[in-house]
Amino acid sequence: MSSAFLVTADGEIFEGRAVGVAGVRVGEAVFNTSMTGYQEVLSDPSYAGQVVVMTSPHIGNYGVSDYDDQSARPAARGLIVRSLSRRHSNWRAEGTLAAYLRSHDMVAIADLDTRRLTRHLRDRGAMPVAIGAGVGPTELAELAAEAPRMEGQDLATGVSTPEPYRFDPDGDPVGRVVAVDLGMKRDIGRRLASRGLEVRVLPATCTAEDILGLDPTGVFLTNGPGDPEPLEHNIDTVRALLGAIPVFGICLGHQVIGLALGATTFKLPFGHHGGNHPVRRLEDGRVEITAQNHGFAVDLWSLAGREAPEQDGLAGPDLLPRQVTGDFGEVRPTHQNLNDGTLEGLRCLDIPAMSVQYHPEAAPGPHDALGLFDDFLGLMGLGTAER
Amino acid sequence: MPKRTDIESILVIGSGPIVIGQACEFDYSGTQAAKVLRSEGYRVILVNSNPATIMTDPEFADATYLEPITPEIVARILERESPDALLPTLGGQTALNVTADLARSGVIDSLGVELIGAGFDAIERAEDRGLFKETMAAVGIESPRSRYARSMEEAMAAAADIGYPVMVRPSYILGGGGTGVAEDEVAFLEIARRGLAASPVSEILVEESVVGWKEYELEVMADRRGNAVIVCSIENLDPMGVHTGDSITVAPIQTLSDREYQEMRNEAITCLRAIGVQTGGSNVQFAVDPVTGRRLIIEMNPRVSRSSALASKATGFPIAKIAALLAVGYTLDEIANDITGATPASFEPVLDYTVVKIPRFDFAKFPMAPDRLGTSMRSVGEAMAIGRTFPEALQKALRSLETGRQGLNADPGERALRAMSDRALDEAVAVPSSGRIFQLGEAIRRGRTVESLARSTGIDPWFLDQMAEIDELRTELEAAGSPRSDLVREAKRMGFSDAQLAYLWGESEAAIRRFRRANGIRPTYKRVDTCAAEFEARTPYFYSTYEDESEVEATGRPRVVILGSGPNRIGQGIEFDYCCVHASFALKEAGYETVMVNCNPETVSTDYDTSDRLYFEPLTVEDVLEICDAEDPVAVVVQLGGQTPLNLAGRLEANGAPIAGTSPDRIDAAEDRERFSALCRQLGIAQPPHGTATSPGEAARVASSIGFPVLARPSYVLGGRAMRVVYSGDELDDYLANLYGKDQQAGFDLASAPVLIDRFLEAAVEVDVDAIYDGAELLVGGIMEHVEQAGVHSGDSACITPPPTLSTAARRTIVEATGDLARALEVRGLINIQFAVRGDDVFLLEANPRGSRTVPFISKAKGIPLAKIASRVMMGAKLEDLVAEGMYAAPGEPRFVACKEAVLPWDRFPEEDTLLGPEMRATGEVMGIGPGPGVAYSKAMMAAGSGIPEAGTVFLSFADPDKPAGARIGEALHGLGLHLAASPGTAAFLEARGIPAEAVPKVGEGPGDTVWQIDSGRVDMVINTPQGRRARGDGRLMRRAASSRGVPIVTTVAGAEAVIRSLRGAPEAAYEVRSLQDWHR
Repeated sequence: MSSAFLVTADGEIFEGRAVGVAGVRVGEAVFNTSMTGYQEVLSDPSYAGQVVVMTSPHIGNYGVSDYDDQSARPAARGLIVRSLSRRHSNWRAEGTLAAYLRSHDMVAIADLDTRRLTRHLRDRGAMPVAIGAGVGPTELAELAAEAPRMEGQDLATGVSTPEPYRFDPDGDPVGRVVAVDLGMKRDIGRRLASRGLEVRVLPATCTAEDILGLDPTGVFLTNGPGDPEPLEHNIDTVRALLGAIPVFGICLGHQVIGLALGATTFKLPFGHHGGNHPVRRLEDGRVEITAQNHGFAVDLWSLAGREAPEQDGLAGPDLLPRQVTGDFGEVRPTHQNLNDGTLEGLRCLDIPAMSVQYHPEAAPGPHDALGLFDDFLGLMGLGTAER
Repeated sequence: MPKRTDIESILVIGSGPIVIGQACEFDYSGTQAAKVLRSEGYRVILVNSNPATIMTDPEFADATYLEPITPEIVARILERESPDALLPTLGGQTALNVTADLARSGVIDSLGVELIGAGFDAIERAEDRGLFKETMAAVGIESPRSRYARSMEEAMAAAADIGYPVMVRPSYILGGGGTGVAEDEVAFLEIARRGLAASPVSEILVEESVVGWKEYELEVMADRRGNAVIVCSIENLDPMGVHTGDSITVAPIQTLSDREYQEMRNEAITCLRAIGVQTGGSNVQFAVDPVTGRRLIIEMNPRVSRSSALASKATGFPIAKIAALLAVGYTLDEIANDITGATPASFEPVLDYTVVKIPRFDFAKFPMAPDRLGTSMRSVGEAMAIGRTFPEALQKALRSLETGRQGLNADPGERALRAMSDRALDEAVAVPSSGRIFQLGEAIRRGRTVESLARSTGIDPWFLDQMAEIDELRTELEAAGSPRSDLVREAKRMGFSDAQLAYLWGESEAAIRRFRRANGIRPTYKRVDTCAAEFEARTPYFYSTYEDESEVEATGRPRVVILGSGPNRIGQGIEFDYCCVHASFALKEAGYETVMVNCNPETVSTDYDTSDRLYFEPLTVEDVLEICDAEDPVAVVVQLGGQTPLNLAGRLEANGAPIAGTSPDRIDAAEDRERFSALCRQLGIAQPPHGTATSPGEAARVASSIGFPVLARPSYVLGGRAMRVVYSGDELDDYLANLYGKDQQAGFDLASAPVLIDRFLEAAVEVDVDAIYDGAELLVGGIMEHVEQAGVHSGDSACITPPPTLSTAARRTIVEATGDLARALEVRGLINIQFAVRGDDVFLLEANPRGSRTVPFISKAKGIPLAKIASRVMMGAKLEDLVAEGMYAAPGEPRFVACKEAVLPWDRFPEEDTLLGPEMRATGEVMGIGPGPGVAYSKAMMAAGSGIPEAGTVFLSFADPDKPAGARIGEALHGLGLHLAASPGTAAFLEARGIPAEAVPKVGEGPGDTVWQIDSGRVDMVINTPQGRRARGDGRLMRRAASSRGVPIVTTVAGAEAVIRSLRGAPEAAYEVRSLQDWHR
């Protein structure tokens, strides 16, 4: 058993056993509380630059399968688990997680007190860590302390597709969507295609002209990693699209829309990463259990020129403004996180644009919000958004 | 949506006595519901016949009806109380069935009562299997192919259509009773016939067998806005074919990928909506084909279930409490998650640990029943353990079971397995049984591959491989030969107990503990917080594991550790949990911080808000000492959790734990026959002649000097395990041979646990006393007179208080002896004493200076909180101070007569004779209350499910010595207008005395024999006293027939006399209802 260490930027040392490749990685540590879906998490490009800590103790139980990959290769820098199953069991499995980690050159640590680490990140906030096998904690501590913070880094461009590609629609095509890949998960393409949409995926560097040149019915802004503020190019592109064509954004795409509308974004203390986040749909009060993975959030109060009120007791709708005026007219919050009251979705009243902070495509996570893809069809005038 | 203001009063129906398939989990759910509904300002009316429940404590409801849960009685309560609403979803199948009956008969509608939680339509759609499948098909959820049948002809046609193997399931049955898998037509005929008979609506479902498939359960909560969350996912280690209640189960699900899990989740929620569950918790069960992933829905319960209790404890999400709030109109997002305080209940708990539940069986009590598990539930309790990983949780759960095992083998208990031949082992492993998990461990040890074991058992390879990791570490430990710090730490992380390490290294457990502590290898305590540490938790609910960081924080107040009673078993059930919970309440109120330790997920004690802190841990010396070390308590309460904590008391004290109340040495003085007899002689208290034997030869000498019949039993057992009345030397030899034969498994060793032999006092009345002594003053809680004569275990006998037939002199002797013993044993707290009484002569049978099974019953019968008083007395309070505090008033004249009746699990063990004896076999009890003993007994019988018939035919068959008494009984019954049928001998005896009785041929001796009469519904009650131990084949068949048809059966003369008293006590009085609050007013 070769021991391995994780050292946080503030000097906490955690010891475990190396189960991936040899080497050292540095990244922001985030914990994910999903009890299933480790492969989807690892291969979600939104985790670019991060070391993922799974709070669920047994990881690798049901193996891996190609279909579950959300991108060509894991974007996460490392994986930390309590127990890595040496043997998996599931009819869908095509290989072990251990082999998957090695084949993707991942550094991974098992048998580590992941709960202690999670509590540390919860109390002190997400922070850089250094992980490594065959390297002493002192050296790792230096690397962690020197590591750059997530704020201000453009990570999306790095994980975006270099070349355009497409998802063919299931059955007769009903429309065409351009998906701007800021770190897109495959299940987004699948969910759109299954609704009869031809999906043309363009790199993050694409321009409004590139997009509109494909004559799409609507534009989809995908999820992606890190801080939205440095994505000036994408924000400008979206400003050019808003009002011209229906736009739907999720996760990082939601944040880019928020910035394009003139709002600001801020970093959450330790982010939302998991598959159990309750989100209230403000129009009817229904609660969706959602898959989330983001470290930043949109502050709609910034458009009202006010500070967000303090939460007292359970999160209520008054933690969000009822309606604000942005650069493209009126904006109304549509969804709210019930754990911390933060904004989870918005809709423009004067132009066809909407966005949610979470992942309607799930993978991993509950399917409660799949209806949002139908809402997108409605936004594009391709059918009713009845649920 | 805020809570409803259009309803003011709510009737909550409990689940009645503890039976197999329905245990104290419904006390937990009912208590939670009653508490929260009252705090919301509703008037709560409660009905439950089970006195050992916390929910029936008068302070938990505005009106508490300790009444039978039958449609007639509940209708009376509804009429009397006219509640606005009825909440039927928290009292198990019993509450649901009664509610369905009342809805069908129109009572609910005519009284204008609203069903909240689940409406009648939803109950029907979920409970009627045909309707359920139709409903599922309509929303695109696949279920096993099936047809239902209401006759044997229909059943045959269905089986032919579906093809073997097929599963047979009777409609409206709890715990899978009457269910079975038929591989072929021969087996099918038998199973179908039984199933039709078992179903109250004579209906069975014949369906495609999914035996061997993977089995999963999801616990869903829904609110009236249509929101739904999955509280917990559960995977059964034992595949389909073993009843969930008998399966080892694991939370969360381990072997499903996210896509599969989410599809299952979608179906579970769709199912709830399709069934029409308005609000509350439901449990949805699925089967998955391990090869193709094909998923079928198996069933759903539109109510809180056994799995809900497990799910609540496994996640920290209080399902029953939230179900009650949802039923009165709140939505999930309006209710705060107690544990975080800051987030709403509309979320899905995530676990950063693994939970394993293992059922506990008592097959040793039912020697005729094969130890095989199937679709009819047979376990009597369960233990749950929490560890970070599956191997850790599995080993902790195995040692929590208290079956003498220390983990997954690697303990003295494995010797019997080691001795098995390869072939015998392979055969055993292929058949599900109570000990299969250990056999699997041994098979792995002998090199069976995970693949081959998965093939022969249907158990998922992932679980088997995790078990193989335990075995591999064991091999490494053995190779090391002696303790080594890194290995000990690794072993602890895999759940190995100190006792296992001691066994592997030939050391004492104490030596391992010293080594561990010297090397700093100590458990850390992690919190159960519903959110995997994402949010700060407020609730102090802990489990141990070996990690870097412990989350227990020091507090200022003095702490008292209360040791619970572990998994339910026959002889030790909910009664002891009741006592522990009361201790926690009383000590909290007195300013202590209470720390509960228990491992039974069904209980109120393991509710995280019962005590100031909860440790969900095994009750072993190792685990408790570590908790004591972490908590540094001022006292440890061992008196109230039954035998479990008492067995630990001596070793805990020797290791420095401060034991509250009566000292372990004095407890031992009462348990040790020699010491106790000496004490009785010294005090001048009469005992039946008796002796102790440590060898068969000595036993024979003792028995012949005392004179037969004798009562023989091993020392240090609870619930009369292996106790027997022996009539001759030959029988004694048989008995001892049996004990020897069993000693590997049951742990009997004649030399270290001698056999006790007492003269059996025939025709004596047995009496139980519960009392409290504070060092100066004695409080006699009550004297209970058994209905069945001495020789029937007190746990199986009905009893009545105040005692209806005891003489004043006998009572005085009993009270005096109780006081003398309490003083001599230096009791501080409770003492339970059993006496046998003949006329004015009183003999002491045994004394136990601890809380007894009857404490809750007597507390309710007298309105005195004995367990609360006792826990304060243990901590040094004086009775007079407690009276001054207003905790209780000195007992005055009783306001009513209370009868406790035992409930026996014959329906689960059709092979067994229903005869009562000195070995306890009851799973639960009920209480009947009335102005006199007749009504009280009638009510108790009714509550136990076998109401005394007021008309119809009674079949009589008396043993020769009982015939004179039998004639009196026959005469009385005849005089009361009942028709008498009798065995030829009894009929002749009755006829000779001018009592008309129809003679019925003996079993197998002609058409229309006794069994046929019973089977064909011609008999409404059976009174049969056995013909000694030998000649009982006939009676046994008869008793079995009666129990399978639910015909009340009385096997003792004393019982028959009680029946007559009841019939004379005006039967209609038994239908009058009155709340406890009313009785005590």
